[in-house]
Amino acid sequence: MEHSSRYIVLFAAAVCGVCSIFVAVSAVSLKERQELNQQLDIQKKVLNLAGLLSAEEKLPSEEISRRFKDNIVPRVVNLATGSYVDEVDADTFDQKRAAKDPDTSRTAPTNPAKVRRVPNLAVVYRVEPNDELKALILPIEGYGLWGTLYGFISLAPDVETIEGITFYEHKETPGLGGEVDNPRWKSLWKGRKAFDDQGDVRITVKKGIAGSPEDDPYHVDGLAGATITSRGVTNLLEFWLGEPGFGAFLDQVRSERGV
Amino acid sequence: MSKEREALLDPLFNNNPIALQVLGICSALAVTIKMETALVMSLAVIFVITASNVAVSLIRNQIPPSIRIIVQLTIIASLVIITDEVLQAFVYDISKQLTVFVGLIITNCIVMGRAEAFAMQNPPKLSFIDGLGNGLGYAMILMVVAFLRELFGTGKVFGFTVLQPVNEGGWYVPNGFMVLSPAAFFLIGCFIWAVRSWKTDQIEEEFHVGALLESGHEGHIR
Repeated sequence: MEHSSRYIVLFAAAVCGVCSIFVAVSAVSLKERQELNQQLDIQKKVLNLAGLLSAEEKLPSEEISRRFKDNIVPRVVNLATGSYVDEVDADTFDQKRAAKDPDTSRTAPTNPAKVRRVPNLAVVYRVEPNDELKALILPIEGYGLWGTLYGFISLAPDVETIEGITFYEHKETPGLGGEVDNPRWKSLWKGRKAFDDQGDVRITVKKGIAGSPEDDPYHVDGLAGATITSRGVTNLLEFWLGEPGFGAFLDQVRSERGV
Repeated sequence: MSKEREALLDPLFNNNPIALQVLGICSALAVTIKMETALVMSLAVIFVITASNVAVSLIRNQIPPSIRIIVQLTIIASLVIITDEVLQAFVYDISKQLTVFVGLIITNCIVMGRAEAFAMQNPPKLSFIDGLGNGLGYAMILMVVAFLRELFGTGKVFGFTVLQPVNEGGWYVPNGFMVLSPAAFFLIGCFIWAVRSWKTDQIEEEFHVGALLESGHEGHIR
């Protein structure tokens, strides 16, 4: 069957037209639900790290949002000055996108965590169940072996003791570096000290087994068979808790609380 | 066997897209660490392949032959985008774990292979059944591989612990190899071996260049 060029062009246009209508309708009609999912996903992780939601708990989305609203206050922080920024809505601020845009971020100093850009603003989560600060949850990221690890660290109000850590997105080898999301390993972090008395970041993932948090507060067990991932975690904490990351903000919190 | 029955059941064992045609291997390696992701991926592929077969079959007499491949690709790509959007809206956690592999259904040779080889020549109903059969053939292998990898790699089935692993206080030492992609290669290889031992007509004749030249059996060159 021979077709004229006119027929072919019209046919192609018609196929494209019909397909694009389907794609556009699905994208637009599902957008709201997808954004809700993304927000809910972050809320779940933060609640989980704050110890207010266990991983097995399956709750309806309204309940998760309600629990988040009742206990957690997200705030936007200016990383350079360390003070809160009230003009920006923390619920809708997209830190990952901000870190990519040259207008809202700056180049990071060369660092072993291989963080390339630091956003000007970042979101922190204050855990305040009864208007009293219980913990500060900060976003962290840095390079492991195969890719960037994304997670959160939770600090006690003394801005020194670690309450917990979690990684929600990583590309490490399952069973080796992938054990960064193993609940048993994560539970080892509680009670350890992120900073020494001089205020320098001291927490390190060491090779082998660390002592109890009382005897060996600056070390955490290394991940067996995953030296580079372990080192990556050390590096990214040094970066984000230190001067290029949340250093200024943490200083501010310290002086506010008189510690 | 009726034509419909053949179109549905043939791709399961007699003409399995993965085991006999060795297509769609890439995603079969990537998403079979856990049964949950494998199941969602299987459903996504079944939907795309069935819908694309029907769509292509409906307009098979109107498609100008010179642009048929790109037309098929446009239809498949649109279906994949819609699938991806739906997964992100309704099973967000799993869609995050599947990452790029949903998008890569576009390049899954099974989907295009069925559109070009079957749907272009057959009416919509038969194409629908053929798409379903091939999707199920793909899904079956995915689920078998995922079952073995999840069970021996992490001691779980569908996320429920069956063999208590050592680092959670149990006795089972997880087989670290199972969670790496090459494990899927070995498992699919074993599956192909098993199917061919059962259905011996799938074994290719041994290939000798000399014998071929003598008898002129060009048909066996693949």
